[in-house]
Amino acid sequence: MNKEELTAMVARILADMDHQPLAKGGDYRPTAPQPEKKTGDHEPGDFVPDVTDLDLRRLYLVEDPAQGEAFQKLKLRTPARLGCGRAGARYRTLTMLRFRADHAAAQDAVFSQVSPDFASRNGMTEVRTQCRDKDEYLTRPDKGRRFDEENQAKIRAAVSGNPVVQLVVGDGLSSAAIEANAMDCLDAIREGLQVRGINPGTPIFVRYCRVGAGDAVGDVTGCQLVCVLVGERPGLVTDKSMSAYLTYRPRTGVSESSRTVVSNIHAQGTPAVEAGAHIAGLIETILKKQVSGVGLHLEEGA
Amino acid sequence: MSERLKSVGLDLGTTTTQMVLSELTVENRASGFAVPQMEIVDRRILYQSPVHFTPLLDGQRMDAQALRRILEAEYANAGIRREDVDTGAVIVTGETSRKENAQAVLEALSDLAGDFVVAAAGPDLESVLAAKGAEAPERSEALGKDVLHMDIGGGTSNLALLREGQVLRTGCLNVGGRLVKLDPHGTVTYVSEVLEGICDLKPGQKVTQEQLEPLAGTLVRVLEMAAGRRPPADLLEKLATREARTVWEPPGEAVISFSGGVADCIEQDRPWLAFGDLGPVLGRAIRRSRLCGGDYVLGRQTIRATVIGAGCHSAQLSGSTVFCQNVPLPLKNVPVVRIHGWQDIRQKLGDREEPAVLALEGQKAPSYAQVVAMAEGLLRELRGQVLICLEQDMAKALGQALAARLPPSARILCIDRIRVDEGSYLDIGAPVGQALPVVIKTLVFGRQNAARRCL
Repeated sequence: MNKEELTAMVARILADMDHQPLAKGGDYRPTAPQPEKKTGDHEPGDFVPDVTDLDLRRLYLVEDPAQGEAFQKLKLRTPARLGCGRAGARYRTLTMLRFRADHAAAQDAVFSQVSPDFASRNGMTEVRTQCRDKDEYLTRPDKGRRFDEENQAKIRAAVSGNPVVQLVVGDGLSSAAIEANAMDCLDAIREGLQVRGINPGTPIFVRYCRVGAGDAVGDVTGCQLVCVLVGERPGLVTDKSMSAYLTYRPRTGVSESSRTVVSNIHAQGTPAVEAGAHIAGLIETILKKQVSGVGLHLEEGA
Repeated sequence: MSERLKSVGLDLGTTTTQMVLSELTVENRASGFAVPQMEIVDRRILYQSPVHFTPLLDGQRMDAQALRRILEAEYANAGIRREDVDTGAVIVTGETSRKENAQAVLEALSDLAGDFVVAAAGPDLESVLAAKGAEAPERSEALGKDVLHMDIGGGTSNLALLREGQVLRTGCLNVGGRLVKLDPHGTVTYVSEVLEGICDLKPGQKVTQEQLEPLAGTLVRVLEMAAGRRPPADLLEKLATREARTVWEPPGEAVISFSGGVADCIEQDRPWLAFGDLGPVLGRAIRRSRLCGGDYVLGRQTIRATVIGAGCHSAQLSGSTVFCQNVPLPLKNVPVVRIHGWQDIRQKLGDREEPAVLALEGQKAPSYAQVVAMAEGLLRELRGQVLICLEQDMAKALGQALAARLPPSARILCIDRIRVDEGSYLDIGAPVGQALPVVIKTLVFGRQNAARRCL
């Protein structure tokens, strides 16, 4: 190495050193997919990019993975927060933000209300259980299963005669689930019942509804079968999961084991319309066998 | 709670005829609190026949009566009656010329094969079945690398490229162990016409092992080209079978997996006249070639790969929420018409009288209004029975919406979670739990014949 080359090399090293960060961690290189940033100037009142837009099943954040592609393939099968990578001993910022966002959505789904005009918009009568508000609903499950005189009268007025099937939509623990799925599912159930020659009757909407409210509806209407579509307790995977509880001869005090359940009704689980078609078939079976819940399982297994 | 299906695979090959009886276990994998989700959870082989030479009337045609006797004996050995068989596939594989009377043979066997008869062959299906029977998809998943599966049989070599357990593409070459046949003294008795211009062996000519080596070398070079281990030349195209639906495109880096009769001659040294054909010489040439120069494996099954594929892997299950009204099952050999818009229905179905299955993508988690719109769109164009196959989970809702708009006597079948392409044919069996077993086939006998065999 001659003198010129040596000088050039030293100059290069010095130039490189200029770019070294002053503090450890100062050199921020995003390696994970980032929510799209808006270009141009930000105006006051603009929204920050929405971390919940990213599909968790495709979000693989490990740096320099040995078998990234294979891991990514596995990830497509589960919404679990795997392959998140780490920053030191902690989550990455994106993982942390997303976790908190999902948790907040779950809480919101519990505490928010199904919109006041939901029932009227969909041609249903709205009644409410004995709960006065959301707080009482959450702290007094017993009240969420009963109706006062006034609401019982409302149910009687909405439902004529003694229906065979009574369809009930209830907010339950996720208003978001009901807004997203209930009507598509309900319409498919009604159509399925009509195809099978079963009168779908007049559905009602129950605010502050626990599953057991269907039993009280059975007391009032004398129906043979009640089907309650109710929002499930939200988790971190989805805040929009709905369940259907089908009870043959619903009356206050029936055993929980007499309920047939179809759970996980949401866009990533069983689609609402397909669940509705399935539920219509189940209703036909339950009416024919005159039993629901564990009894039905035993009979079908026999 | 599980159900079991008996599945038979019959492979009538250029050289060998084999039968496999297997039992598929179907279980509901969903919890008791969700919509059922039926899946095939286990495939167990109950009986494997010995490997029979395919009986021939002359060089070209199969002997239906002799085949019948073989099958009757094998059913007796397996201890089953044809009424016990739920599904499966009969496939005619290998050299084209042998397929001349294939359909007649299958018809002669039809009472033996019973309801499950699947008059199916075609190089694409053969390649898929051989790869699955040899467990090449599992290899590709376990290794995390692409696997090129080569099933080298008597008349043809079936190729399948696999990535992460899925078949990426298939191909077929006229390369096999019995393109040349010899008597115990080394006199050539038969030379396949596909070798015209490739070698000058003539029937009646007495040859030595060394004289067969140049031909084996040529065939192996074609396999090397197909595997992407040698630049492709005209020979690759010349030896491609005409029936394959697409031109074979050699893969990049891939682990090679072998099955078929010739695969048994790769690692084991056999006397060159052991089978009265090119097999042992070809096997040895493969071992010394670039095919075995890199990563390679023998399939979990070799000579039996195709028949095991036909017996164990030909049936799949539809989604578990489907709709069937007044349609008698099983349905056989129903052609598939793929549609992307309503206008396709009129265009593609035209005045076709025989039934066809409409294949649609469908919508993911559709709204009720979207389901109704789809039902109404279909009904504007469709006459007679409605057979629909969707990819997305929405068949029961759609079927029900169709039923609500048609008289109760209408024939409606809606299945989902199945992807089929234009030009395929479907067999749809009686329900297992709430799902329907489906066999997707590509027929080689041509559309005319296939349509006639419908229903």
